[in-house]
Amino acid sequence: MSATPEQNGAYGPVPRKEDARFVRGRGTFVDDIQLPGMLHGAILRSPLAHARIVAVDTTAAEAHPRVEAVITGQALAELGLAWMPTLSQDTQAVLATDKVRFQGQEVAFVVAQDRYSARDALELIHVEYEPLPVVADAQRALEPGAPVIRDDLPDKTSNHIFDWEAGDKAATDAVFAAADVVVSQDMLYPRSHPAPLETCGMVADSDPVSGRLTLWSTSQAPHAHRTVYALVAGLPEHKIRVVSPDIGGGFGNKAPIYPGYICAIVGSMKTGRPVKWVEDRSENLMSTAFARDYHMHGEIAATADGKVLGLRAQVLADHGAFNATAQPAKFPAGFFHIFTGSYDLRAAHCEVTAVYTNKAPGGVAYSCSFRITEAVYLVERMMDILARELGMDPAELRMRNLLRPEQFPYTCPTGWQYDSGDYPRALALAMEIAGYGELRREQAAKRERGEYMGIGISFFTEGVGAGPRAQMDILGLGMADGASLRVHPTGTAVLGVSCQTQGQGHETTFAQIVANELGISPDDVDVVHGDTDRTPFGLGTYGSRSTPVSGAAAAMAARKVRERARIVAAAMLEASPADLEWADGKWRVRGDPDKAKGIAEIAMAAHSSLELPAGVEGHLDAEVVYNPPNLTFPFGAYICVTDVDAGTGQVSVRRFIAVDDCGVQINPMIVEGQVHRGLADGVGMALMQVIAFDADGNCLCGSFMDYLLPTSVECPSWELGETVTPSPHHPIGAKGIGESATVGSPPAIVNSVMDALAPFGVRHADMPLTPANVWSAIQGRRLRTDLAVT
Amino acid sequence: MSSPRAHCAGRCAGPGAADVQITVTVNGSAFTGDVEPRLLLIHFLRDHLGLTGSHWGCDTSNCGACVVWLDETPVKSCTVLTAMADGHRVLTVEGLERGGRLDPVQEGFARCHGLQCGFCTPGMMLTARWLLDHNPDPSPDEIREALSGQVCRCTGYENIVRAVRWAAQPQGGDGHGDHRLAPGGSQ
Repeated sequence: MSATPEQNGAYGPVPRKEDARFVRGRGTFVDDIQLPGMLHGAILRSPLAHARIVAVDTTAAEAHPRVEAVITGQALAELGLAWMPTLSQDTQAVLATDKVRFQGQEVAFVVAQDRYSARDALELIHVEYEPLPVVADAQRALEPGAPVIRDDLPDKTSNHIFDWEAGDKAATDAVFAAADVVVSQDMLYPRSHPAPLETCGMVADSDPVSGRLTLWSTSQAPHAHRTVYALVAGLPEHKIRVVSPDIGGGFGNKAPIYPGYICAIVGSMKTGRPVKWVEDRSENLMSTAFARDYHMHGEIAATADGKVLGLRAQVLADHGAFNATAQPAKFPAGFFHIFTGSYDLRAAHCEVTAVYTNKAPGGVAYSCSFRITEAVYLVERMMDILARELGMDPAELRMRNLLRPEQFPYTCPTGWQYDSGDYPRALALAMEIAGYGELRREQAAKRERGEYMGIGISFFTEGVGAGPRAQMDILGLGMADGASLRVHPTGTAVLGVSCQTQGQGHETTFAQIVANELGISPDDVDVVHGDTDRTPFGLGTYGSRSTPVSGAAAAMAARKVRERARIVAAAMLEASPADLEWADGKWRVRGDPDKAKGIAEIAMAAHSSLELPAGVEGHLDAEVVYNPPNLTFPFGAYICVTDVDAGTGQVSVRRFIAVDDCGVQINPMIVEGQVHRGLADGVGMALMQVIAFDADGNCLCGSFMDYLLPTSVECPSWELGETVTPSPHHPIGAKGIGESATVGSPPAIVNSVMDALAPFGVRHADMPLTPANVWSAIQGRRLRTDLAVT
Repeated sequence: MSSPRAHCAGRCAGPGAADVQITVTVNGSAFTGDVEPRLLLIHFLRDHLGLTGSHWGCDTSNCGACVVWLDETPVKSCTVLTAMADGHRVLTVEGLERGGRLDPVQEGFARCHGLQCGFCTPGMMLTARWLLDHNPDPSPDEIREALSGQVCRCTGYENIVRAVRWAAQPQGGDGHGDHRLAPGGSQ
């Protein structure tokens, strides 16, 4: 394996293959699919956050002239399908049988002849509820006498889910005991929601004759979903085909399996007709995978002159009513324990306690790289708070403590082995683009005039591309990905991959990877994805794993093709394979480079009547499974400039400088777009987005009227920079980029606002920094942003 | 494309209200049929006419995935009743391409990577076309203002602004389409 690939000109900012259909409105999203005889499903949801179900009366709904079926929890229980396993070894109700445990929980499913009739019939179902006391505040979930949410679980007498820890507690305590300076801070990374513009949905088509079940689904992981359906429903896996067509954004929201999918499948099996179920926006926000909800206490220890020594964190994790977080099974808190971030420190220890609450399940979603968002937020806030305590510039404190290039590969105190990096170079570049010194002078001058400008820095280390299969699996499925590459006689190729684009441009990037390896044009490579009948098995796209895992698989498949081609080329050139070398996109005779054969000629020969040498059966096709030896560790340095109106609390992001390093870039245009997206996420999470609840467990953010997303006017014109530090273990030296900016940007914005508010003595306020929240902070009052303001 | 009347015959047994007869001209073609009074324009376009380029995203006219033109004005078709379009013209993304030639806005979005998942794109392009018709040389701030009623979750807006700027430039109309954007040029 070479870390830096030979470049045959296929890499670069080429326009995307996908766009020809999208700009014409000719994409095919799940809700665009119309099948003959198709019916429409709709879900009745609980209006209460915690209540016992006394009775469900579906008589009137069933009598509706256009209703074909009404399915209740009781009906599913008779099929053994009322509960399903989650991705965290818990169970989740498909349709409630005993109790409802969060507002918006699925209670019944109606199948009707059209969309509107299905909705009408929901109004005809009468459910009698007996309300129960509600746990809406994670901080009260473990209080004695708190209502037990999961009384369905044997012997469950509290809302405790798990305790988990990482790092060396004794060593960390010793470092803290000897430190000159220790500062601590409580902070909340509030519940957020990925809110892809396309909601979740499925068209389930059960063919009672063939036994085939075809599922058009908004799935980021079609193969894994197929296996889970087989396991859950006892269906033969070879009869199940999952098709993820065009996906209108995912961001982790479309990784889990939702009750609506199971209902659509049961609805189709019951009626013998295709059933479409597409949730509405409120259903998406109120019931599907949320993100974060980490209540964190951080402590940082340092010497008086600013050498960071240790880090501690205690976390209370709100997992909602069912433990349905989606991460590798051995990591119940995801990768949170990468929380020492980008710094050279001696010891670290973190403890995570997870609890049930009467809120929707989820927690690991929204471009979080399995909770590295929370980890980076904690350490980057702590670094700023320490800087203020020490009276040091936050850039200087970071420069002093960043890992140095010669320390790589670096094993951090909690055991992660960072593959490569040059951190000081990235921070220096960001400061140069920002004009850091000038910004500080401007800030000082403005403070003299009573204007509040903030400069915030964050430096992050990501860990993406899960993952080594011995350590990382989901429901027992190792996190590997396959690639199959067919090369046609005329030298064009079709690549099948198991990952699933949701807008990342895989059809272009993966074509470029193959083209680069084979010396052909990306135009001559078609990428097939999102169809379990046409692609090899693999775990899908989330956690920025497409390029680190499937990208590697694609390159390895192409190299396998190339090696087969070498044997054929040797026969064509009447040379020994050992005497050939791959150069400028062709196999060439060493010492006589004009004697050469390209892939198209070789492919035709491999399909021809040519007498083939041993080792080649007759074509060039190859299939591989890629088992990543480690994660890849992208990193970046971000600087955010904000202006805060102290009279109203309004924050505006004036500038945002982002320097990212994701190793070798295949399509820099797409990389840039991925970074832009994550930076907008940061603006949303830091300033606007939160899924809050009142004391009765009512979701206060169940529509885009209340759950505010950043638009073009809240986002600045992003200023990007880059460094390239190839991953030494990845076949093409690439790292993931899909989530870097979502991970790295929120702390830069919060640090910037806290910097602006320093003259008021404000050290910390929780996200989102809405005008009301900022204004309250200036008044010396800290808000609980996750609860209704009372 | 079949008449919406055929689709509607039987499926409009909504609660109570009698169907209303409408005539709507969509992308230059007139459709006459009976629809439920409550039928949203976005569902009429998508489910009845099969014009699935316009998307439904939020129900509350916040996201703009459903933006189409009603006569000369971009509207959020998730909050317009089909009956309100009676006697009016509707332009959807399917009507942007003229004579096999992409609108410069369409080409700009592709050239400038102004889209990723493609879900918001039709609505964004229709608003952008309206903007350019009224302000042929908008500043980045004017573009951001014009698009501020719509949400994109993928691009962080920067490349959408670049795309609209590209479409506003003289070369935006030169017809030299990128070959990758030709019909059949991709999956």
